[in-house]
Amino acid sequence: MCGIAGLIHKGKASNVGGEMTAMLQALKHRGPDSTGYAVYGEPSAGDYVMRLKAAEAEDMNRGRGIHQVLAERIATVDGILEEHGAKVKSKDHATPYALRYVMSHDGDTEKLAEHIEETEGVEILSFGNGLELIKDLGDAADVAGLYGLDDFAGTHAIGHTRMATESDVDIRSAHPYWAFPYNDVSVVHNGQITNYWIMRRQMEKKGHRFMSNCDSELLAVYTAHNLSNGVSLEDSLGQSIEEIDGVFTYLVATKDSLGMAKDTMAAKPLVLYESDDMIAMASEEVAIRAILPQEIDTTDPYDEEVRVWRA
Amino acid sequence: MAGVSDAELKAMDQEERVTALGMRTEQLTGKSLYMEFDPDAEERFEYPWVPQVDFNKRTEIDCGEMTTTEVNDKIRALAEEGYGTVVIKDPRGRHSLGVGFLHKLNLIFEGSLGYFGIGLIDGPNVRINGRVGWSCGENMMSGTVLIEKNAGSTFGAAIRGGDLVCRGSVGSRTGIDQKGGTIIVGGDTGALSGFMMQRGRMVVCGNAGKNLGDSMYDGTIYIGGEIKSLGVDAVEVELTDLDKAWLTRKLTQYGLMPEKGVDHFKKITSGKMLWNYDNLEPTEKKLIL
Repeated sequence: MCGIAGLIHKGKASNVGGEMTAMLQALKHRGPDSTGYAVYGEPSAGDYVMRLKAAEAEDMNRGRGIHQVLAERIATVDGILEEHGAKVKSKDHATPYALRYVMSHDGDTEKLAEHIEETEGVEILSFGNGLELIKDLGDAADVAGLYGLDDFAGTHAIGHTRMATESDVDIRSAHPYWAFPYNDVSVVHNGQITNYWIMRRQMEKKGHRFMSNCDSELLAVYTAHNLSNGVSLEDSLGQSIEEIDGVFTYLVATKDSLGMAKDTMAAKPLVLYESDDMIAMASEEVAIRAILPQEIDTTDPYDEEVRVWRA
Repeated sequence: MAGVSDAELKAMDQEERVTALGMRTEQLTGKSLYMEFDPDAEERFEYPWVPQVDFNKRTEIDCGEMTTTEVNDKIRALAEEGYGTVVIKDPRGRHSLGVGFLHKLNLIFEGSLGYFGIGLIDGPNVRINGRVGWSCGENMMSGTVLIEKNAGSTFGAAIRGGDLVCRGSVGSRTGIDQKGGTIIVGGDTGALSGFMMQRGRMVVCGNAGKNLGDSMYDGTIYIGGEIKSLGVDAVEVELTDLDKAWLTRKLTQYGLMPEKGVDHFKKITSGKMLWNYDNLEPTEKKLIL
């Protein structure tokens, strides 16, 4: 039982970081193991933001040697960036293992991302012009405090509070997932996918990478696969209901839009609020009411329903 | 024995006393025609421990920053004081509000509830001026619940009695495992509504999703709009005059009577093709075969 939330403002930026924190904190009872955000800032032309982790949170307890290892890994990443001709404009870290790079790069970002991930222990959490993906252990208040998310201006965001059922409690199994190597595409999911291994092997044969054993990662890879074949987000969401088995409700965010899909049994909840300037959705109404204190009209999407909204 | 006081027993002789205490062979074996109840006696058809409330005593609760438990405890405390009408303000989507009330009570919620609202009730009249989340009115025994906006999935799961009414649309699996009572929906319902229904009636003025009435054992579903598909062993049958009269009365009662009347409603019941029960143990079966 996980909690998911999504938020999109039409034609204007807002403090989506603070709003998503309030929503996810209201959903804490659905899963306190880890919390993740995919927030979309104002897209900057040319500049890329890359979020990566160079170790797991639990690795940090393995003695002083880990800091040496981290420094080496980060030096390797810096070297790769230089090799590919990426100009790093800023580099900072919220925790010793979570780094944020802002860079300009003219070359192939997929090749760059693949090369960086060859470094042991390094996983790119997100890459894109607008997307910043943050996930760590603990509840929304912990993660927002650690990563300074209470104030983040942007147009849309998705978020997730996790109750680990299918895989471990660690950052690699936490949501959201970035649709590697698709810039600015991220996924959060609530449910269980029952043909995970069949689908995973199909995707692996086509050359896609899996970083965890979490079934939700499949949805990110699956979406990336469809998008790279020129399938629209709407069609990818619709197709997934046919091709992916199990019970699920999931949200996909791209640079300028937010989409949702619900499985054929409608077994996982989603409450939807739509107004002229903003759309909010979450596993429970309490999350929406955390940012909209007044009485509102909400609906539950039905089985096999697919919706996409543009910012 | 009922109605025999110590003083009366003292005044009797031994033979009378034995009869009065129900110790005769006929009485003990259940063969007696001795009437135990007194038609004039005052009967109490309520749980003996529930508070007696006065509907004219009205009060309000502002949920503010209270937790669900605090709100429910507050309503309970007010009922103990005799308040019969309680208005709950600003519930703001909280889960499990108004659960487990087993006595007469008017509950008015000025806002929306989360999941499992008004579950396990036996008696209250509830009005919700907002929407409700999943599993509203779960296992309701009696009373009336009227919801002004939409409701989530598993609306009225395992309901056994009373009227559960939603003016808006509801989610999937409405009335799953329904065992009695009436569920009325002004709008549409989702997939697998009436799944494993056993008794009672469900009325949906709008459309129904796929697999309507799947594996229903018994009970009746009335649908005013389109049915995406019927489930296993759910069959459409003729709408009789009795059905029309009942629908007219029930829908008028809650102000949900469609302009075009009730003649267009479709009636769905169990085909009873899956009724393969027998009471025999496997060993007994062998004897017969």
